[in-house]
Amino acid sequence: MSFQTPLARAKGLGSAKDGTHHFMVQRLSAIALIPLTLCFVFAIIKLVGADYQTVVAWFKSPFNALLMISFILMSAWHGALGAQVVIEDYIHCESMKIFLLIIMKLATGLAAIAGVWFVVLINLRGGV
Amino acid sequence: MATSTPRGRPLSPHLQVYNLPITARLSVLHRGTGMILVFGTILLVAWLGVIASGSQNYLFINGILASWMGKIALIGFSFSLIYHLCNGVRHLFWDIGKGFENSCVNRTAYLTITIAVALTAGIWLLTTL
Repeated sequence: MSFQTPLARAKGLGSAKDGTHHFMVQRLSAIALIPLTLCFVFAIIKLVGADYQTVVAWFKSPFNALLMISFILMSAWHGALGAQVVIEDYIHCESMKIFLLIIMKLATGLAAIAGVWFVVLINLRGGV
Repeated sequence: MATSTPRGRPLSPHLQVYNLPITARLSVLHRGTGMILVFGTILLVAWLGVIASGSQNYLFINGILASWMGKIALIGFSFSLIYHLCNGVRHLFWDIGKGFENSCVNRTAYLTITIAVALTAGIWLLTTL
């Protein structure tokens, strides 16, 4: 139950009806991504092109697995918010805009789920 | 709105002749690299899927990554990531109301692009030498 009048609610939420939520989450994920990206870059330059055993061994460490999962989740979230703004800014045809927003949200959501699943799989099962 | 402009009427030249200031160029680059990174994240997940699927597939993908096309993609992805990170920090300072003066905005613009290019080049030189 809300004690706010409709006017008070509208004043806080703006035309998009979700207030500063998008803005805040975009900044929050950006802050989280600063240390995560630095760690990710540091790790990935040793992994790209390395042999299979080396890469699997890296993912066997729970700390590394957690780093990769955090980086993928935050990237997918931050990326979805950013892509949403880009689509809303440049696609003026309403039906096309909605269509692209749905595809984009589903794709980034699937990437996040798949990323977590793959890291868990490599961490628990190792190389095959 | 573009839809309300009658066809055939000449537009005054603006974006074609207007020399964008460095801040505007970096703003466009921030969005561009952001979009590259969305696709890059999906490719990163695909890479993880290949690792999870076994050593045979991993050998195949390593061959693609070692090719010149793979190298270009990796350099593009690493520059996009580092640039977006550096310029993102600049944006976060603006969000708390700092660094808005014209001189400061231009100085941080050149600083950001210099650091991003130097870091990307440094990483690639260190890892390939």
